[in-house]
Formats: sequence, C-alpha cells, structure tokens
Amino acid sequence: MHIAEGYLPPLHAAAWTVAAAPFVVHGCRALVRQVRTDPESKLLLGAAGAFSFVLSALKLPSVTGSCSHPTGTGLGAILFKPPIMSVLGCIVLFFQAVILAHGGLTTLGANTFSMAIVGPWVGYGIYALIRKLGGGLGVAVFLAAALADLSTYCVTSIQLALAFPDADSGVFGAAVKFGSIFAITQVPLAISEGFLTVLVIRLLIKASPGELSRLGVVRDSVRRSGASAASVGEVAA
Amino acid sequence: MSRFSAINMLLFLGVITLVAVPLIFVSGEFAGSDDQGQAQIEKSHPNYKPWFHSVYEPPSGEVSSGLFAIQAAIGGGALGYYFGVARTRRRITGGGPDSGWSSPGLPAGDGSGNRKRADAGGRAAGGSGSGGSRHN
Repeated sequence: MHIAEGYLPPLHAAAWTVAAAPFVVHGCRALVRQVRTDPESKLLLGAAGAFSFVLSALKLPSVTGSCSHPTGTGLGAILFKPPIMSVLGCIVLFFQAVILAHGGLTTLGANTFSMAIVGPWVGYGIYALIRKLGGGLGVAVFLAAALADLSTYCVTSIQLALAFPDADSGVFGAAVKFGSIFAITQVPLAISEGFLTVLVIRLLIKASPGELSRLGVVRDSVRRSGASAASVGEVAA
Repeated sequence: MSRFSAINMLLFLGVITLVAVPLIFVSGEFAGSDDQGQAQIEKSHPNYKPWFHSVYEPPSGEVSSGLFAIQAAIGGGALGYYFGVARTRRRITGGGPDSGWSSPGLPAGDGSGNRKRADAGGRAAGGSGSGGSRHN
C-alpha cells in the first residue's frame, strides 16, 4: 500500500497530507495524555508500534502470485484506540520513507491516511461493534485486524484511482484495476494478520493481564460475561 | 500440550499455511504489489513523471533487503523485550497478577473483584500457563 515517492500529483499529495494532519495531531495529544496518565503503558505502546514495524516490513506471497505486506495496525487500534495508532503508524511510514525508500515523503499523507487512519478506525469500529453485540474477544480481534489490513489497501486503490483515472472507464474503472492489484492480493494476508493479532493478544493477556485490563481489553469481556473463565476462554475459542 | 498453547500453535500454523500454499501451488513472479501498482500507473499514464525522488535510495536489492531485515529485527526485538519484561514482572510479583491488578492500594470495588476473577480464569484457561510455565 506504500504509494511510491512522487507517484501522486502535487495537488493530491497535498490534499491527503492536509486530510491526514488533524488525525495525527489529535493522535499526538492522545498519546501524550496516555503516557502521562498511565506511564507504565509506555512499553506496551512501543510493542504495538514494533508490531506494525515488523508486519509492514514483512512481504508475504499471496494467491495472486504477487507479494504484499500486512500493516499491523489492528493491534494498536484495539489496545490504544485509533488516534494513538495513527501516530505510531505515521512514524513507521516516515521511517520506511526516509531509510528504505519505501513509500515517500510526498506520499506520506496519503499512506498515513490509508494505513494509520482508515485501517485503525475500521479495525476499532469492527472490534467495538462485535464486542457490543456480545461477540467473543477472539472473533472481534481477528476481524478487526483482518479488516484494518484489507481496508487500508482498498483506500490505497481509491487514492491511486482518483489520481490516475482510467482513460475509458474513469475513476471507477481505475479503482477496480488497482483494487485487483492491491485488495485481492491482500485477502490471504489479511487473514494471516488476523491470526497473528489474535495470537499476540492471547499472549499479552497471559503476560500482562493487568495492563490489558487497564486498557479495557479484558475487563469489558468480564463485565459482560460475569464469569472469569469465559473471558480468556473466549479468546481461546 | 495445554489448550492455551495448542490454540496458539494452530494460529501460528494457520499463518504458515497461508504463506506456504501460494508458494507451492501458485506459479507467479511474486513481485511486490506496490511495484505492480506503480507499473499500472506507468502503463495507463505513460506521460506521468514522478516529481519528487526519495531522499535516500538503497543502492541495490541486497542493501535494501538488509535494511528490511534490520527493520524486522528492531521490531521483533522490541516485541520480545516487552514480553520478557512482562514475564519477569509477573515472576517477581510471585507469578501473580501484574502490578495494579490486585495491589493492596486498589479499592475493593466491583471492578477489582471482576479483575481478580478474570485473572483466576486466565490461569485456569491457560492450563500449565502462568503458574506452571515457571517450573518448566
């Protein structure tokens, strides 16, 4: 989903940067607040950023015969809410643009919008919805992570289609073309990311239940089900 | 193997399978989708010239893959560090709950009661989990 440096016309690049900026600024404030009110969560914040750092560097083969990478933003969105994940994602994208020539500074706004804003919000929305409807934690985390990943690539396809509409079929035709490159390749990877995120959440619940309870990931399920075994058993199921 | 580890193993195997199946059964060049997207732009808009170039471009595929490996290593290292710290923290507090979980200072309200029960459940579901793993 990394749109390469210079591959968005200046107007588009500027527009996406302007669109992404308020989310990142708001996220910075949320991040400062988080660290101030709960200094112990700093380490987990780093871990959530690290998860995205690893996954977005990991190019995996897909059924379409091409390679792509997951985004790793679902985890941070579930743990710390989307605004904070926006900042972490933006930092990851910045490093990749500067050090790896992966993505770019002119396309940082557009890439941030897809990977660090839409992805986390979609993921968190799905997560919150499933939890509210009484769905299990495991299912909620799986779908959140998978759809955060997939939606990111859909946004990238739309961004490219808007900048490079097809000569015959226009923006819609171009979106279908870019979608067939990005979104379809991404389906198995999104499922992989879902599995991985559930795995990490399970390990986190075991390693630091207190921290996840403070963040509301575990407590919610306990409150809902009333019984303890169900909360972790749910993730296990 | 406890139920907890068995499910973790299954999740891990699921990821491995999803990666392995295309490599075995699909014949393709496995080029990056980012590059394919770029190629698509060049095909449909041959006149488009990128107007800005990367500040730093790795000189070769080898250097680039090395940088990617470093990126993954840093991320993996940070994640591992977190789990190490969390594990040690739990071990020091007697294999018990994380700090702030059932600390004496915590008011014994509805919330904390629930939390304690959650922790007990965590151990039950974990099987040879938090408590047992220390002796292994």
